[in-house]
Amino acid sequence: MKDKKSARVVVVTSGKGGVGKTTSTAALGAALAHLGEKVVVIDFDVGLRNLDLMMGAERRVVFDLINVIHGVAKLPQALIRDKRLENLNLLPASQTRDKDALTEEGVAKVVAELRSKFDWIICDSPAGIERGATLAMRYADTAIIVTNPEVSSVRDSDRIIGLLDSKTEKAERGEFVDKHLLVTRYQPWRAARGEMLTIDDVLEILSVPLLGIIPESEEVLRASNVGSPVTLNNPVSPPARAYFEAARRLKGETIPMHVPSESRGIFNKLFGRKAA
Amino acid sequence: MNLLNWFSRGSAPIARERLQILLAHERNERHQPDLLGILREEILSLISRHISFDPDKVQIKMDRGKSVSTLAVDIEIPNSFAAAGDASRHRRPRSKRLGNVAARTMDQRVA
Repeated sequence: MKDKKSARVVVVTSGKGGVGKTTSTAALGAALAHLGEKVVVIDFDVGLRNLDLMMGAERRVVFDLINVIHGVAKLPQALIRDKRLENLNLLPASQTRDKDALTEEGVAKVVAELRSKFDWIICDSPAGIERGATLAMRYADTAIIVTNPEVSSVRDSDRIIGLLDSKTEKAERGEFVDKHLLVTRYQPWRAARGEMLTIDDVLEILSVPLLGIIPESEEVLRASNVGSPVTLNNPVSPPARAYFEAARRLKGETIPMHVPSESRGIFNKLFGRKAA
Repeated sequence: MNLLNWFSRGSAPIARERLQILLAHERNERHQPDLLGILREEILSLISRHISFDPDKVQIKMDRGKSVSTLAVDIEIPNSFAAAGDASRHRRPRSKRLGNVAARTMDQRVA
């Protein structure tokens, strides 16, 4: 592997579970790799790993993050190279239930070693605000806060923003983690009818710049069913387009933000139902 | 969904309002100790210095509002209340509600 790279460490976090952290990690990781970047995605959800499943690599896991931390395996042995994109790699979490297996020094060492070999290190945080979540964000340069337009998710995102501003290595050095908001499962037609918080509502409450808006879509479930990031499984689908745009914004490109608009037939409009 | 809802605005504005009030409080608590919590602790410890009371008979109600929050501490004090030092001899007595300490604090953001 070529050295002398210096990866950007990104944490995908949310506080609340089930909002789309793992889906977003897989989709953004694959999108960045597709754009030519060298990417590693790391699953920090010790005991409940799922990123391997979303990436379709669940049958190829031999070693994991904890093995590397404990010196049981070398980092190159534990990395799983994606079968579709050769510059996309996965470092899976272990299935052991011992959360204390994850140590701050161990994570620091792994992240430092990966930094020199990749352009992007994307850390998939577990839900909650416990050890796994704080270690996932510990060395981050950039944070992607995944939020659903729903009260409990927004509240938990606010908690996580507080942690990013106090418990990360950057915060302790008096610097700031670069924060971005990714709104997922957005249903524009509900927001238009005043049934769901709008993008503006969420932005005003959380005051974090917007990275992207991922519309609610059956494509996301379909991609997880087959074990392929949605950005690879159906790159032209609305959620995949939104993830690609978010990935390019992460890279620093300026791309106008599209609020997904509704494309519902007259029947659905009349009866207020959406198939997805 | 009933017909009225069809014509009135949805529930999202309520969600927005609730979040704004809640997060204003939670953000405050991150940077400074919780005033209502401290008052609650200190009021209870003050009272327990003078009388013994059954902790199960204490009702504490808090309501955090947008500009004003309220704290109501309702303590059942036995008629034959004993000094705190005698707490060990204290049998659970017939009791009558004597004390009702209420504190009303201006909201921390406003104050």
